[in-house]
Amino acid sequence: MMRDARPLVDALRDPETVLSLDGAGWTNLISIARAESLIGSLAHRLTGMAVPEQVRPILKDAIQATDLARQQALWEADCARRALAPLNSKVVLMKGTAYVAADLDAGVGRSIGDLDIMVAQDSLSAVEEALLDAGWEWVKPDPYDDQYYREHMHELPPLIHRERDRMIDVHHTTLPQTARPTPDPQAMLDAAVKLDSGLYVMSPADMLLHSVAHLSADGDLTGGLRNLWDIDRLVRQFSEADEQFWIVLGVRARLHHLEPHLARALRLAFRLYDTPVYKYRAGQTKFTDYLYIRRLLARDGWGRKTRKFTRQAFYIRSHWLRMPPLMLARHLWAKWRKG
Amino acid sequence: MHQLYLTVGPTRFRLASTWRQPLDQLAALYKDYPTSQDGYADFTVRLEPEKPWRRYIRPSVHISGDFWLPDAAPLPLDQSLLAAEMGMNLQMALGWRRHLLLHASSVEKDGKALLMTGLSGSGKSTLSAMLAEKGWRFMGDEFALLNPDTGMVHSFPRLISLKNEAIAAMRAIVPENRFGPLMKGTPKGDIRHVMPPLDAVNKMKDVAKPALLLFPRFGHDPALRDMGKSEIFVRLTQASTNYVALGETGFRALTRFVDTVPTKAMDYQSGDQAEELIDSLWSKLP
Repeated sequence: MMRDARPLVDALRDPETVLSLDGAGWTNLISIARAESLIGSLAHRLTGMAVPEQVRPILKDAIQATDLARQQALWEADCARRALAPLNSKVVLMKGTAYVAADLDAGVGRSIGDLDIMVAQDSLSAVEEALLDAGWEWVKPDPYDDQYYREHMHELPPLIHRERDRMIDVHHTTLPQTARPTPDPQAMLDAAVKLDSGLYVMSPADMLLHSVAHLSADGDLTGGLRNLWDIDRLVRQFSEADEQFWIVLGVRARLHHLEPHLARALRLAFRLYDTPVYKYRAGQTKFTDYLYIRRLLARDGWGRKTRKFTRQAFYIRSHWLRMPPLMLARHLWAKWRKG
Repeated sequence: MHQLYLTVGPTRFRLASTWRQPLDQLAALYKDYPTSQDGYADFTVRLEPEKPWRRYIRPSVHISGDFWLPDAAPLPLDQSLLAAEMGMNLQMALGWRRHLLLHASSVEKDGKALLMTGLSGSGKSTLSAMLAEKGWRFMGDEFALLNPDTGMVHSFPRLISLKNEAIAAMRAIVPENRFGPLMKGTPKGDIRHVMPPLDAVNKMKDVAKPALLLFPRFGHDPALRDMGKSEIFVRLTQASTNYVALGETGFRALTRFVDTVPTKAMDYQSGDQAEELIDSLWSKLP
């Protein structure tokens, strides 16, 4: 049995590696790819490969499923655009929806869940009101959670549309306000690029840095392989399109206090996906890179999470990064009392 | 993890379990089905302890796999066969895209299929099992698979899942050696699985043209009623687990089905009454 997610990483990096797989090897690869929400990306990556006939319909299904996800994501973005049009403020799409709206390689075959948008902090209450008017409702009626979101998070409490059953996350910055790196949201909004639809996406450097921030500072590396695959695709496309990309990226990384995070993400992407990175930006390999790789690959051929201890360590770290210690204690106390 | 490969209709499953018991039970009940030894599978189902110590102490089976629901309740180990069946259903319901899935039972005669759909307790499963003993080919008691390109129904003849009173009723017409273990006190009451007739397994790749759709309702005076197309359409969207996931393909497959397949609501109080009503409708089909 496959002991980690290496076959998926290998197949994404170098599709030729699938040629040596036997039946069970393919079944392992598919279970891992589904568990990591990378089956659509994998299916596109294997287009044109000599794939066994037993596997071909599975990949075709994945492509059709992500085609539909793309269509639904764009529709949902347009619903938000219409609801917010009267406010005349910038609506910046984030993550998966941004990749497909801007027609980037990172959007090819990507699974997309919620709609994430970013707006200026001073327009937040007007945005909230407009969305509630247009049929979105609060998901979490719990007063503690609601207050917690409003005081400390980088987004409104999640809203869900009562007819379409789709969630929207409204961000006013990219990381929790209590987190230590504090990217500059106003600079991100100012540099955002307008699409034909009237919606915005972040500038290339900011878009990559947001993905980096998400990988390193916001989470416990759940979905990390997909996050890193986004980073690989963005780096390849942006650095090929623009000679100045690495220079601009350096400037923006400093502005957003994300230089070490960027360096780490580039090293990990290089190690796993052979991403062409500018060595100066990636910096020296650190011992902790090894722990990150261990955590990112913690998935066996049955699709199960493995390496409980490593996972737990990253989970605790994610809370530690998000909150100062006293606040963390208060938060865990409040959560515990409510059971 | 112990593992077992099973092929049901068009779908190949890989089942992985911490315990041998559910896989041994499945292997016995699915002994006539083709087994793939090449390692390929469309879906993986996993049966694991909810917490590590729950492998031995009051063992409880958590159902997951390639596709999973966050709030699936675990089952005790003596219901692990049910857990495995639910795990396979879950993969189909959430992950299958090659057909429009209708939550319906189906049986075939002369290349034509009768589909029965309705809420739990409508008797659709029991009726299909009963007809399967009376000259019809059993195609499935859980999902009917509608091919969006051809409009044909594909068979998915998993074990027949009998609940409560239906167990004794079927015991009267099916020999004991086709029954699985009795599981008492499951979330759906008492459950016992029955192996479909051998003919249903041997012909599980044969497709049929949908010829009649019924919405059976048990416990009312026997009657047949017409239904409006829009009502049929809406009820079938609710009875389909992947209608939304298929997008336009699902819409086209379902409108074609509603436009071409005669449909009735059927009330009945006994198997004999139902059989009579079905025969009367079937004999008048073009």
